[in-house]
Amino acid sequence: MYRLGATQRRTETFQELIKSLVLAPVRKLHRMGEQIPEQEEFWALQDISFEVGQGDVIGIIGRNGAGKSTLLKVLSRIVEPTRGQVLLRGRVASLLEVGTGFHPELTGRENIYLNGSILGMKRREIESKFDEIVSFAEVEKFLDTPVKRYSSGMYVRLAFAVAAHLEPEILIVDEVLAVGDAEFQKKCLGKMREVAQGGSGRTVVFVSHNMAAVHALCKTALMLQKGRLVAIGPVGDIVQRYLAASVEGERNSIEAKRPMGAPVWFRRAEVFSAEAVGRPIRMGDELTLRIHFGADPAIRMPRFGWVLSDSLGTRLVGANNRYQADAPLERPARAGIISCRLGMVPLMPGRYQISLWIGNDAADSHILLDSLQFEVVAHDLWGQAKTPPLGSSALWWPATFEIEHDTQTAPALGG
Amino acid sequence: MTFPAENPVVDPSPTTTAERVDPQSHQTSVPQAGGGSGHVSVIRARRGWIAVDWAELWEHRELLGFLVQRDIKVRYKQTVLGVAWAVLQPVFAMLIFTLIFGRFAKIPSEDVPYAVFVYAGLLPWTFFSTSVTQAAQSLISQEALLTKIYLPRLFVPAAPVGGALVDLSISFGVFAVLMVWYQQVPGWGIVFLPLLVLMTVVAALGVGLMLAALTVSYRDFRFVVPFMMQVWMYASPVIYPVKLVPEEYRWVLALNPLGGIIDGFRAALLDRPFDLPTLGVSAASSVGVFLLGMFYFRKMERRFADIA
Repeated sequence: MYRLGATQRRTETFQELIKSLVLAPVRKLHRMGEQIPEQEEFWALQDISFEVGQGDVIGIIGRNGAGKSTLLKVLSRIVEPTRGQVLLRGRVASLLEVGTGFHPELTGRENIYLNGSILGMKRREIESKFDEIVSFAEVEKFLDTPVKRYSSGMYVRLAFAVAAHLEPEILIVDEVLAVGDAEFQKKCLGKMREVAQGGSGRTVVFVSHNMAAVHALCKTALMLQKGRLVAIGPVGDIVQRYLAASVEGERNSIEAKRPMGAPVWFRRAEVFSAEAVGRPIRMGDELTLRIHFGADPAIRMPRFGWVLSDSLGTRLVGANNRYQADAPLERPARAGIISCRLGMVPLMPGRYQISLWIGNDAADSHILLDSLQFEVVAHDLWGQAKTPPLGSSALWWPATFEIEHDTQTAPALGG
Repeated sequence: MTFPAENPVVDPSPTTTAERVDPQSHQTSVPQAGGGSGHVSVIRARRGWIAVDWAELWEHRELLGFLVQRDIKVRYKQTVLGVAWAVLQPVFAMLIFTLIFGRFAKIPSEDVPYAVFVYAGLLPWTFFSTSVTQAAQSLISQEALLTKIYLPRLFVPAAPVGGALVDLSISFGVFAVLMVWYQQVPGWGIVFLPLLVLMTVVAALGVGLMLAALTVSYRDFRFVVPFMMQVWMYASPVIYPVKLVPEEYRWVLALNPLGGIIDGFRAALLDRPFDLPTLGVSAASSVGVFLLGMFYFRKMERRFADIA
């Protein structure tokens, strides 16, 4: 059983203590027809025990399938624990999805009340916050139109606006931040920060894959791995530990099979950084893309191209030897290796994917879209303990800045 | 409702706490007086039959109102026909039944014109079958309400029952027109109408909750329910009077909650005598079905989020 050292403070009426020994098997059941009696038991969470004090903001991190969503569901009373208990002091509100209960036929106004009520607000509360919600969402003009007419951006803004004005003592949030356009995302992040750090003594439990967000918003974090709590402590330490643990995924490689009749195909592809051995790929690392190809008939000049996209699918950079004048093999080969040295790619922290094409002079014959995936983590490249904020640009540029005096204009300005 | 009196954090070892499972306990949500919300909740595993948490339902009563409102608004906003459908459905049924069963088959209709007779039966029946069919679907068609948020799940199938009440009131209006047309006058028995409506609501809730819970676990119930309603209609005295059934078997008809209800509606609206034994048995049956439905729902509730 783990206990946060810092929260040995004693009980006040408002203090929220979560202690959970949570074991929740999730039995997989048939969707249609009878339940199959003999199902393998799967424990989504096991032996989880921790305590969160009032005003704490705790992040829950872990790989996919580690049990984060299940933990949130237990805390939100959506799923019942099989064993153990959860003790919550204070009003709880959960945000696992934005716009739960929204109905397209109802107007914005009606949906605000409905959604607010579903989230746990009383009518009086919704009424008093109504104007704030509407102005946050910027939908004043469309309050009385059915929501099915809203653009997706408006829909999402309204949904988030209602959720953002919840005032529970304990707030449980699953990654719902990545909604809307950049402008709105900033607003959302700001609101989250306000909620998390505002002096209202609110306690927040936040689940995310976005290490930067977790780092920015949380004071403590806990890490789940395969349903177990493996670490809990100050956010910086836990995030480090998580990143270190996910290094094995970094030397990203895939095996592939020849498509029927393809004259050239991929047997294997990998992306890695020679510098990043035993640690995740960071900003500033040099990348190499290496593929193993097969060819039948034997070929001297396989044409290989790739495109690197960000997690949203925006194609950032690419290269293709179809357009370049590199040297072919001295004699045709049925199997070979192509190494493409990218050098230092100025990628911002985040997840990226690479799509690959290979073929001969006539055409491409094997395409692997978004097949390689890797993550770039933040790194203090310039030793200033500062890095560009996420979302400021897709890539950063290794530019130099020279500042000099302007002797011409200076006297006029008093300098 | 129990929750640890002492600070439960002070636990000696993991194993002891793991064993400390209270099988009969259930979720508690105890609003306490004094500063802030002072709200304390304990979430624990529950076993077997679980009591209904009335306190929680009361606390969330506004939400039920919003859900019913939503149900009603959605029905009526969708098409112009939406409003008309509530009216047309029983009217069409009445027309067809009057033709086939009233005129051709000449089923006796207790001294009132068959059209009126059958419509009086269709009033509670349409309410019941619409409520139940929609309640049964309500959970699987709104999966997000089960998996992404917590709210008292009993409300979800209950909302369409509330919505159907609105349809019922509109149908009553049509019935009044029909009465005038056929120059029928209701008797003093009409004062019992609200009680009968209540009984129908109780029966509809019971069956609706049970079917809703079953439909979540066994998806093909979605197809079973309409068929079930068809059969049920013939098992209820909608198109025929109770008296058509021989004395010895009448008690079977009474066990069907709708047996007594429909007969009661007719008695109240058409100035006929109340068949108290039948009504009594049906009332008991309605309450029984309601309790069964409620408890079955509560028992299955904890699995909803996993299997929805």
